[in-house]
Amino acid sequence: MRCIVPIKQVPETNSVKMDEKTGTMIRDGVEAIINPLDLYALEAAFRLRERHGGEVVALTMGPSKAVTALREAIAMGADRGVLLSDKSFAGADTWATSRVLAAAVQRLGIDGQTLVLCGERAVDGDTGQTGPALASWLDLPVVTYVSSIDEGNEPAGGTGAGCCRLERLTEDGYELLEMKLPGVVTVVKEIAAPRLPTLRGKQRARAAEIPCWGRDELGLPPECLGLAGSPTRVVSLARPRVSRACEKIAAPDAAAMRAAAARLVAFLHDRHLV
Amino acid sequence: MNTQNNREIWVLGEQRDGRVLPVTHELLTRGRALADTRGALLSVVLCGDAIDERDMAELGERGADRVVAIEAPELVHFDCERYTACLIELVRERDPEIFIAAATTTGRTLMPYLAIKANTGLTADCTGLEIDPQTGLLLQTRPAIGGNVMATIRTPSHRPQMATVRPRSTAPAPRMPGRAGAIERRKPKADALASRVRRTGFIPREESHDIAEADRIVCVGRGVRKAEGIAPARRLAERLGAAIGGTRDAVDRGWLSYPHQIGLSGKTVSPTLYVGLGVSGAIQHIAGMQTAGTIVAVNTDPDAWIFRFADFGIVGDLFEAVPAIIEALPAASAEGKK
Repeated sequence: MRCIVPIKQVPETNSVKMDEKTGTMIRDGVEAIINPLDLYALEAAFRLRERHGGEVVALTMGPSKAVTALREAIAMGADRGVLLSDKSFAGADTWATSRVLAAAVQRLGIDGQTLVLCGERAVDGDTGQTGPALASWLDLPVVTYVSSIDEGNEPAGGTGAGCCRLERLTEDGYELLEMKLPGVVTVVKEIAAPRLPTLRGKQRARAAEIPCWGRDELGLPPECLGLAGSPTRVVSLARPRVSRACEKIAAPDAAAMRAAAARLVAFLHDRHLV
Repeated sequence: MNTQNNREIWVLGEQRDGRVLPVTHELLTRGRALADTRGALLSVVLCGDAIDERDMAELGERGADRVVAIEAPELVHFDCERYTACLIELVRERDPEIFIAAATTTGRTLMPYLAIKANTGLTADCTGLEIDPQTGLLLQTRPAIGGNVMATIRTPSHRPQMATVRPRSTAPAPRMPGRAGAIERRKPKADALASRVRRTGFIPREESHDIAEADRIVCVGRGVRKAEGIAPARRLAERLGAAIGGTRDAVDRGWLSYPHQIGLSGKTVSPTLYVGLGVSGAIQHIAGMQTAGTIVAVNTDPDAWIFRFADFGIVGDLFEAVPAIIEALPAASAEGKK
């Protein structure tokens, strides 16, 4: 099985700023990490490789410094990484981002043993759209919110195409599904606890050669890339008003606590909540 | 129906076992407001099999001008490829100018897959939707960067303008007895029913309360100190008719399972009432609950960040606060608010 894991580099803090003109994030000067939810996709891929062999390839689209995310993925256990970077990619929405990722997956090659694993969503953009959108560009099946994954039996006929057995977490339970490969999954935290980078992994990561693919390598027309190619546009940004005036009561002893609890119940009553 | 230029606005209906889910009624509130502003026809479009006739009529009572059900036994459960194939055909046929869905596990999967096939943009998890009076375009407002900023987004030149809407971010559209919408049942083309995913079973969640849809939530944080500390929180939740949620800390320590996690790396919730017990209010957690109607916090630290976002706070020990609150609650509320 070959696992391809698109990851995203995100700002470490929540104090990032936005460019008021373009409505996109200013990432300069903020420490960057692998999107924490992507670590679960990497871990799921490593475990599939341990059980069934194959390789794990990490992909990321971003500025040239996003290569550090790929080195970190290699330090954790990825066999190799590919950076997707080009000036024309900047400011992409999920449509334009998934287009680039799809072209990269295609360039890596898709066969009956290929599984693309994505995090549920990125904690900065918080859309969860890129995984399903990537599948749609590639015209592959997609299963989202996957909490468990295993390779299934090859269907009768012996076409060489694989299949995986999945559990999908929904609002009211777990769907049990079988998906033919090639395919795309997005995984949730439940799937496995991510491992830490190892010393040997870190050494390998430092030495790893990481190719960079841009617009030319991917053969993408400029009009579908970056901000210019994005169907959606941020038109304005506003700080949400913090209008809650907290009624805060100190309750250092039992009597004060009884009074505070009574006041809370009266407060809830006024709001028709009890 | 006062429609001009055959404009259509669509909302995606959701069903389970043939019964229309209430989240559809919330979308009708959004859709009706947009359709009235645009002078457009409001349609509910849904996939399923043998969808309940009364439920479909109820969608008319709640503001739909038309209900289009695409039905086949293969559509009884959500299947991204099949639902997309059915809907893309209808999108191409009728060219809606706006198509919105709930940001549920179904909506958040189907809409991005469909948007690529329809060659259009999509905005996730909106909390506000309105029509720009100047351009007539859909203004899609959503929290960005952890809820610190609200971004307003437009899809200027692609159609339909697509968005998912955060569940519980609006009230369900009221029933207007006597109001009716046209009901249309369609069969999909056979080639729309191909899929490479097969459903082999279903394991229902052991606890029925899904926190993303819960009307009331009691949330525990690190302040409960150990797994046994969950017990008082559960008692309060039971008394309030609330679901139980936890911070990332509470889940990482194994006190609650992942589906209960609230925050950026868990669920985003918007209940009428949120009660945080021993929750400090990490920004990642705040981002997942700050749209709650009323926020109550109990924490020993008077400077806990959560108090800045709360309507009511008790500075004190949750193990003393919970019994005191339960005692103060009127006895009737235990019965009436299930």
